[in-house]
Amino acid sequence: METVIDPLIGGLIEAMHPINLTMMIIGCIVGLFVGALPGLGSVNGVAILLPVTFLVPPNAAIIFLASIYYGAMYGGAVSSITLGIPGASTAVATVFDGRPLAMKGQGDLAMIAAASASFIGGTLSVLLFTFIAPPLADFALIFGPTEEFALMVLAFATFIGLGGDDIPKTIFSILIGFVLAAVGLDIISGRPRLIFFDISGFYHGINFLVLAIGIYGIGEMLWTLETTQGKVIVQSVKTSLRSIGRNLRRLTPVIGPTVFSSLLGFFVGMLPAAGATPGSLMAYGLTKTFSRDPSSFGKGNPAGVAAPEAANNAASTGSMLPMLTLGIPGSPTTAILLGGMVIWGLRPGPLLFVQHPDFVWGLIGSLYMANLFTVIVNIALIPVFARVLTVPFTILAPIIFILCVVGGYAPSLSMHDVWLMLLFGVVAYALRKLNYPVAPAVLAIVLGPLAERSLRQSLLGSRGDPTVFLTHPISAGILACALALILVPVVRSMISKSRKSARTEA
Amino acid sequence: MTVRTAELVAAILLALASIGLMVKSAELNIGWVQGSGPGAGAWPFWLSAGMLVSCVLIVIRWFLRITPESRSEEIFINGSAVRIVGLSVAALIFLLGATHFIGMYFAIIFFLIFFLRVMGGHSWMTTAAITVATPVVIFGFFEWALKQPLPKGLSEPLFYPIYDLMY
Repeated sequence: METVIDPLIGGLIEAMHPINLTMMIIGCIVGLFVGALPGLGSVNGVAILLPVTFLVPPNAAIIFLASIYYGAMYGGAVSSITLGIPGASTAVATVFDGRPLAMKGQGDLAMIAAASASFIGGTLSVLLFTFIAPPLADFALIFGPTEEFALMVLAFATFIGLGGDDIPKTIFSILIGFVLAAVGLDIISGRPRLIFFDISGFYHGINFLVLAIGIYGIGEMLWTLETTQGKVIVQSVKTSLRSIGRNLRRLTPVIGPTVFSSLLGFFVGMLPAAGATPGSLMAYGLTKTFSRDPSSFGKGNPAGVAAPEAANNAASTGSMLPMLTLGIPGSPTTAILLGGMVIWGLRPGPLLFVQHPDFVWGLIGSLYMANLFTVIVNIALIPVFARVLTVPFTILAPIIFILCVVGGYAPSLSMHDVWLMLLFGVVAYALRKLNYPVAPAVLAIVLGPLAERSLRQSLLGSRGDPTVFLTHPISAGILACALALILVPVVRSMISKSRKSARTEA
Repeated sequence: MTVRTAELVAAILLALASIGLMVKSAELNIGWVQGSGPGAGAWPFWLSAGMLVSCVLIVIRWFLRITPESRSEEIFINGSAVRIVGLSVAALIFLLGATHFIGMYFAIIFFLIFFLRVMGGHSWMTTAAITVATPVVIFGFFEWALKQPLPKGLSEPLFYPIYDLMY
């Protein structure tokens, strides 16, 4: 217990440091708007704005990006309620009941439900995080390259088992991410590798940001430009202090599902392939199933707003747990945070808790404060959102394109990277239309160098004997879990086939 | 082009890309190097081989009409989408291409005028305000705060007076 309290207090003090506090406040506000704008979610905001953080020390940088992540989870609900279109995929489930409430003129109730549920989800998950992370990191300290590689296999197995996308396309996406990460100088022999057409720009490798901004900046904007050609209708929402109090009292029956959804979201968020979107959908589904009055869902039940919002906030914190303790990101957004940590000169993984405690605990401390700050700002800004959301996309899109171009140039100061980013963006847009999942590729390009090194070191240690992964007990256990996950879709399809044949016989 | 056709075309293109990557990786040692483990080309070679296998599976599933995309006879990309996405991509290509000649700041100005005025149909007032503000903010952030110069090409001399003020 004391082992957690002391560093936590230190972390809170670290988070209060003026520069960290300033970055947190800016991050939360930016995140709220990024989340609220349709077409932009936490992952887009973090990818596009990561280059901005080169200005500040790593502690302030991670706090800034984590606050954007956090703020975006709150903000996503805003457009789900006022526009009826989710501000981010994580807020899809919030539309189901948020929109009907707004149409009935109870938009304020929906907004307060979303904000307070987000706050509960955020707070509970940060508490869980504080107590689970240190022992997990402690345990992970004994991991060698063999266990590290097994963990990577497990992380990517979740995409195959739980991702829900077409499996060959998922595997393709994972592998191409790894191949792109292999471009440049070979980490062990130092030989140049995959230098396409002898273009010198490939010698410094492909920065993960080039792929991330290409996919989540350029590709996403092209996608949104295509889909939002039609006009959107804003439902205005008015709030006052008195209405906030009245609405909070109306929300007391919703506390149970909110707490349940927070816990669910946290644990789902830890899985790389799951995260906030499926977490919020599961929370919505389960809350509806266990409700006394399931038929009221979809027609404006506040519980239908609270459940997904609690879950998506909790999931965003949950996804940071494996990132900080194991060096395996729990979501595309944390994959980008992890890549950022490498750029800032930190080595993600369990050693962070030992070598950079101020970094880790400063981040945890800032999560507590960001949560409190965002809930206040969120409610205060409700009248502002309605105006910002009416900004036409033809103004927003070119500005975001420019941010992408400048952001793609900044890390390496090379136009080669910017051209590559544009290429990735266009290809990602086309492949997305064919339902190729893109998140696995982003995770793979971030984890690629580490995966290759741990594989080669393991094989070198065992003199080329691949059974080393099975003779190490921890790695064998992790690989067994991975295998079970990969078998999930196989078993599922067998069950559905046998049901189908049973039906045709009957 | 229907979604079904696009699915097949994409899978074939990706398969060709995978073969290209395999050939490229095979330029290095893809076997075992005595004393230093797998050769430098082994990792990307086998990954690309995996990509090829995935593509073959996608094509097989296309023939069997297993995935929703391989059954869909809808139009892959309709006329208005081609227009808006095509114009955006063309404008981006112009933005990057022009950066090499007239520098990023002036390329951004032309890009914004095109996007806001021609594509968006916004008033000259709005266009002018955003077109002026965006490069100023970017300059302030990158050149002044981050001390990271963006490419300026032929327009470099125009910035000399500002450099004199800054340093």
